[in-house]
This record gives sequence, structure tokens and C-alpha cells, in this order.
Amino acid sequence: MINEIIRNIIRFILLVLVQALIIKNIELGRFINPFIYVLFIIVLPFETPKWLLLVSAFVLGISIDMFYDTAGMHAAATVFMAYIRPGVLKLFSPRDGYEFGTQPTVQYLGIPWFLSYASILVVLHHLVLFYIEMFRFSEFFSTFFRVIVSSIFTIVLVIISQYLFNRKSEKE
Amino acid sequence: MRNLVIFIWKHNFFFLFLIIETICVSLVVQNNFYQKASFVNSSNAASTTVLQTSAAIEEYFYLKSENENLAKENAELRSQLLASKFIVTTDTIHVNKPSIHQKFIYTAAKVVNNSTSRRNNYLTLNKGLNQGVRKNMAVICSNGVVGQVQEVSDNFCTIMSLLHSKTTISAKIKKDGSYGPLVWNGESYDYATLNDIPTHVKLVKGDTIATSPYSLTFPENILIGTVESFERESGKYFYTVKVKLTTDFKKLTHVYVVTNMFKEEQEALELKTEKETKE
Repeated sequence: MINEIIRNIIRFILLVLVQALIIKNIELGRFINPFIYVLFIIVLPFETPKWLLLVSAFVLGISIDMFYDTAGMHAAATVFMAYIRPGVLKLFSPRDGYEFGTQPTVQYLGIPWFLSYASILVVLHHLVLFYIEMFRFSEFFSTFFRVIVSSIFTIVLVIISQYLFNRKSEKE
Repeated sequence: MRNLVIFIWKHNFFFLFLIIETICVSLVVQNNFYQKASFVNSSNAASTTVLQTSAAIEEYFYLKSENENLAKENAELRSQLLASKFIVTTDTIHVNKPSIHQKFIYTAAKVVNNSTSRRNNYLTLNKGLNQGVRKNMAVICSNGVVGQVQEVSDNFCTIMSLLHSKTTISAKIKKDGSYGPLVWNGESYDYATLNDIPTHVKLVKGDTIATSPYSLTFPENILIGTVESFERESGKYFYTVKVKLTTDFKKLTHVYVVTNMFKEEQEALELKTEKETKE
């Protein structure tokens, strides 16, 4: 349990640093802004208390806001995503529920399950984020295009990270 | 009352979400509409230490081009020295000896954080209140304009870049002085749009665009860019000019913060005039 907490804290710090120092500086054109840091919320264990889910989403969003100078935008989107998460998990739950002690990752539940689960969360997060950033509907379609393209890139990064970092525990 | 408490407790997840989300949105609104000082920006201690280290490493990659720029600028400044000017002496008597006052002071600063890919872009510089930087001062680099100071902490300041939806700079066509507002439409980081140039002006591709003399923050004749193309919308008597920016926002490392010594005096006078006319 303690081990799990420490692992999540390390993952938190790593994701914030990767987002702020690497991905922020990669310019893929004005329409593509992947936000890999949402991976933290996606793979939190099933037993995470709901209040902790919201609070950690808030802390995560605020830390990203500090680097992006966007006061509250990332926090709002991430908290919204965390709020939706239990509902999405319920929607996709297997007939006899999730096994205790497992995490919503590719290795436990397979690629099709993970892809649909992660995509919904990522798209919702990006939707909230980009529309809050615009704060008006005059550029509705170009913003929507940004949401779609950026979501695709984020999902690809999320999937890649799953295969890069979870190999060790697969052998266990 | 008891029922209300039970109701809230039953749906505690939803209410906690509501509270946190309200905090977030109020942060966003505060920052967007009132431009108030907010603690969540990149001029606070936690993020600046990380960003500074990263900027220090990044700087090495641009050393060569930056050196070339500095050398070029040195040469230019040298040519402006009084010693390198030709002084014509005449035999007339000066009735009014012109006295020279310092109007603009330039403070060199280093960019520690920068963005170009978003609709609203910001920069962070390593100069702040302690070095005399105040809100709304102009920021330029050796190639052109950069933006305006937005928030200041003790040792850092954040800059609202020219690449921001709320930035408007008073610009002019250098050859004849006709001026208009320059804005960024968000399409590409090296083009901006200059509006309201009357159609009688004979524009040519490559004409120089510089800051106009009517700006309170920017000194006159700071380079902005060159005319790339221009068009007149049907029924309007103004050109919309596409401007190629001379500042390379992707490579900014050293910039100057410009202090206008007479800004307060001029502002106060103009405000007073407006008030008196109203009464």
C-alpha cells in the first residue's frame, strides 16, 4: 500500500516534469498540444478514495498551470476529468467487477478496454481545457479540430508509456 | 436542516467537485478579465527554479547566433555615438540650447520561460521589482518588439507576448507615418496583422513597420516587421496588412525591458485633460 503511494507520487513528479520541460517545448504546430500528464489520473488504482481523486487532480492541474501560465485552466479540466472517471469505470466494468489490487492499465485489462476508457477521459479533458482557453465560441470549429488532433496525440503517448514502463511488473 | 446535511453528505463527491471546480474557474476568470496578480503563474519561486535551470542549459544551444546578434547590435550602437557623428558647426548663435534628458532606460534581461504554440503566449524574464521592472513596461529585443510586462514578482516578471489575443501595439508604416493597431491573429508565430491603414498609402511588399510615436510604453521607431502582403476588403477604405515579424519568438534569450521616464507625467496630464472636458 505504502509502496503504491510512493510509486504514484514519483509518477506525479515525473509526469509534471516531462510535460513542463519536454512536451511543452516540442512544437508540433499550433493545433497539436498533447498533455501526457493526464496519465496520472487515468492509472490511479481502483480503490483510490473519491475525494483524494479530486484533490490530487486539483494539485496536478495547478502544478501544470504554474508552468503554462494559465491559472486554473488545467486544474479545471483535470478536476472535471477526475469527476467523470468513476462513472466511466462503472460504464466499462466487467460483469463481476474489478479485481482488488489491480489498476486500470493495459496489462490488467487489455488494449481494447484501456483504449476506450482512456480515450473518453482524454477527449473530455481536452474539450474542457481548450474551450476554457478560448472562452468564446467564435473559433468553435478550429478549437474543435485542436481538441481532436491533440487528443489523438495524447492517447498515442499514453499507450506508448503503458508499454514502456509496465514491462517489469508484467514479469512478476 | 438535518435532511440537507444528510443530502450533502450522501452526494459529497459531487459537492466536493463543485467546490474545487468553482475555485478553478474563479482563478481562470480572475486572471483573464481583471489581469489581477495571481499566485499561479510562472513567476513564483517553485517553478522559476526549475525553469531557470532548464533555461541555463538551453542557452548554450543559441550561444552562437546570440553572439552574432550582440556583435551586430554593438556595431549599430557604436555608430550612434556622438563621436561617430559628423557635427556641422555654423556661425549662428544658439538662442535655445537644446538640453537632452534621458527618456528611455533599457534594462537587459534573460528569458527563462517562453511559449509560441498557444493562442495566448507568455514569457518569463529574470528581472523583477528589485531591478526596477514595473507593470506595463515595454519589452523589446535587438530584432524587434517582444511584448509588455504583465505580472512582476521580486526577481521575475511575466510578459504578455506580442503573440497574445489581447495584445495591441500602435504601429506605423515607417516611410510615411500612417499608423494603425497591430494584432496577432494566432495563425503563425512569425506573422501579425496591421489594420486601419488608409488606402491612399502606396504600400509595397517589404516596407518597414515600426512602433508609432503615439504609444506610451514603446519608444518610437522600434522595428516590428515588414509588409508581406496587403488587401482591401470590399466596401472598406482601409488596408489589412499582413506583417512578417522580425523578432524570432522561438529563439528569444536576451531582451530589454524599456522604462519610459515621462510616462506618468504624460498619463497624468492626459487624464486631467479628459476629466476637465467632461466637467
